[in-house]
Amino acid sequence: MMRGNEVIGILFAYVHEERVRELTENRVMASIPYGGRYRLVDFALSNLVNSGVNKVGVITEQNYQSLMDHLGSGKTWNLSRKREGLFLLPPFGAEISRTDGLISSLASIHRFLKNSKEEYVLISNCDTVSNIDYRDVFRFHSEKNADITVIYRHGTSPDTDKNVVYTVDPEGYVLDILIKRGSDQNCNYGIGKCIIRRQKLMDLVDDCMSRNLYDFDRDIMQRNLKDMKIYGYEYTGAAYTISSFKDYFEANMALMDPKVRTQLFPAEHPIYTKVRDDMPAKYGLGSSVENSIVADGCVIDGEVENCVLFRGVRVKKGAKLRNCVIMQDCVIGEGTKLEYVVADKNVEFDMNRNMSGSSSYPVYVAKGSRV
Amino acid sequence: MLPKQEVVAMLLAGGQGSRLGVLTKDIAKPAVPFGGKYRIIDFPLSNCVNSGVETVGVLTQYQPLELNEYIGSGQPWDLDSMNGGVHVLSPYEKRKNTDWYKGTANAITQNIPFIDRYNPDYVLVLSGDHIYKMDYSKMIAFHKEKEAAVTIAVQQVPMAEASRFGILNTNEDDSIYEFDEKPAKPKNDLANMGIYVFSWDKLRKFLLADEEDPMSSNDFGKNVLPAMLNAGERMYAYRFNGYWKDVGTIDSLWESNMDILDPNVPLDLSDPDWRIYSRNPVMPPHYIAKGAHVQNSTVAEGCNVYGNLEFSVLFAGVYVAPGAEVYSSIIMPGARIEEGARVQYAIVAENAVVGAGAVVGQKPEDVENKDEWGVAVVGPGCKAPPGGSVAPKEMLDAEEAGK
Repeated sequence: MMRGNEVIGILFAYVHEERVRELTENRVMASIPYGGRYRLVDFALSNLVNSGVNKVGVITEQNYQSLMDHLGSGKTWNLSRKREGLFLLPPFGAEISRTDGLISSLASIHRFLKNSKEEYVLISNCDTVSNIDYRDVFRFHSEKNADITVIYRHGTSPDTDKNVVYTVDPEGYVLDILIKRGSDQNCNYGIGKCIIRRQKLMDLVDDCMSRNLYDFDRDIMQRNLKDMKIYGYEYTGAAYTISSFKDYFEANMALMDPKVRTQLFPAEHPIYTKVRDDMPAKYGLGSSVENSIVADGCVIDGEVENCVLFRGVRVKKGAKLRNCVIMQDCVIGEGTKLEYVVADKNVEFDMNRNMSGSSSYPVYVAKGSRV
Repeated sequence: MLPKQEVVAMLLAGGQGSRLGVLTKDIAKPAVPFGGKYRIIDFPLSNCVNSGVETVGVLTQYQPLELNEYIGSGQPWDLDSMNGGVHVLSPYEKRKNTDWYKGTANAITQNIPFIDRYNPDYVLVLSGDHIYKMDYSKMIAFHKEKEAAVTIAVQQVPMAEASRFGILNTNEDDSIYEFDEKPAKPKNDLANMGIYVFSWDKLRKFLLADEEDPMSSNDFGKNVLPAMLNAGERMYAYRFNGYWKDVGTIDSLWESNMDILDPNVPLDLSDPDWRIYSRNPVMPPHYIAKGAHVQNSTVAEGCNVYGNLEFSVLFAGVYVAPGAEVYSSIIMPGARIEEGARVQYAIVAENAVVGAGAVVGQKPEDVENKDEWGVAVVGPGCKAPPGGSVAPKEMLDAEEAGK
């Protein structure tokens, strides 16, 4: 079983942020707003906490102000504790040699890892929205007596470079690891989550650093494939990896499906997020809302269809929104029509504006813009 | 000794609130849900914090479990501070004279040691059944300016309704010369709001004296305030003009909830400078389905709305099935309105279920004898059976229904 003092969680707040440049210009991957009231890190953190992990380190690189503001003391996730809790791990000392940065980041938290007492480390990126019970993965890891267990999904891999694709035998034993571009063919692709023994991780990182090797998937996983027992755990529940702006849009739209919502937000494994203490949403006379996700603090007097509205959005009379993702505190002026638009926080649309993208190419409006 | 606090607030939250019937069967009145995501006590607690009063004693007695749990460490209201913060004060056993809180004044008397620890200049006495946003610091400033022993917040009410209230008769400078409880022939239109600022040294003295009087019912309104008046203490009325409503009855609770839907009612719950804090449910944003129809309503997180909703207040995690109709009603956390059910002018309490096709409440215009009309209530955890009906004014009780 997975007890708090057996596993520490290590989250990479920044990994893959270059894939969604629009949204990460002023923030890290982990603090991208999602689903009306969350940030991506909420899923990564809540999954760990719901699985019994009570010590989590969050590794950041740059632009982590919004993330610090969001995480605070970790109280929201019950991680503001006397024993263990949340540790924000900003860059320290040595310059970071990039390929993917993971190995240098892990090397820079050497002391944090060394001083921890937990036997295992669960490493995770923050670019996947899911509600995974890691206790199941951990059980699998123990049963297989694996050195490393990676979590993968089966299907068409994301349309980006450097997908990690696994060939596994029926027992889950990883026979081969490829790093390649996404394709339409079904495969087992990694979602940036794995379990490994803490000491083993430290040894592997030390070894890589001393050989000037800096790519986690290539230099730790592929290079040691023959020497280690690497197993793959297939996760079949709802999961959305944000690897492009289009993915981001679709992951939001997926929430209209009640089945997806039940899988992402089961009552027994809630997703925690920072609260804002706003009033419940208000619907005016003459408003019309269908098939939409609406957060607290919204005031809607216009028409809304197939949209995700974050907290505090104002939709004025005569405004029409279809297939949009509208982030916190945006104002949509009277008579304005938007279709396939993703508006970042605090965007103001004046009266009678028109803007439309398409399902394959939603329009992005930057934070704080005035249209 | 703790650091001195200029003001300590004492919140009277021990009453049963029997006029709310099934809604307060298992919980204290201040814990009753209000306004889509709040509980009544969120209003006085948030007012305290927003006014800079950060030491609050909550006096509980009746069914305190849920209220205690709700208040917890006080963190949602920023009242989990080191020096002050919120403290739940229940009656406790003493070496002698152990008793329940016998009256509003006695509740404070029993907690004199709590108040003394902070050595305050003023004590703010609040009740836990009012909905309003008020800056107590202004009232305290008024109290200081008048050099009063007690200041009582009042609201101007229409003369015609004055006989329903406790009326304060005042001189031109708003000093009080008489208390007139529900007068048949009111002389004034200033109603007592149940919000008091006392100079602590004065109050302490009068509380101890009141305790010595075996005939006293140890109540502020009946005993302590008249005693202070008779002793010639300076007593002032502080006029408050904002929204204020006593939600002690089913009708007033329902009306006050409806008020938040009315854009003309001055009760802005979204004011960033005067937030009403509450313990937030951990739920995703709500979902309004295709084919749903939502008009002039407020909907909290975690709801799933497939049916029709008009002039209604939905609390967190409510489900409204396709074909269900909810009109001028309050649906409290976790309740379910099943397919084809019709809920009108009703309060459906926490985790209650209105079965498919059931009819709860009626529109006043559809009731011939107007005296028979009133808000229908489905009690907490109660199930209105499919196809059944709950008449206006009726209260469905889980235990009764089980029999």
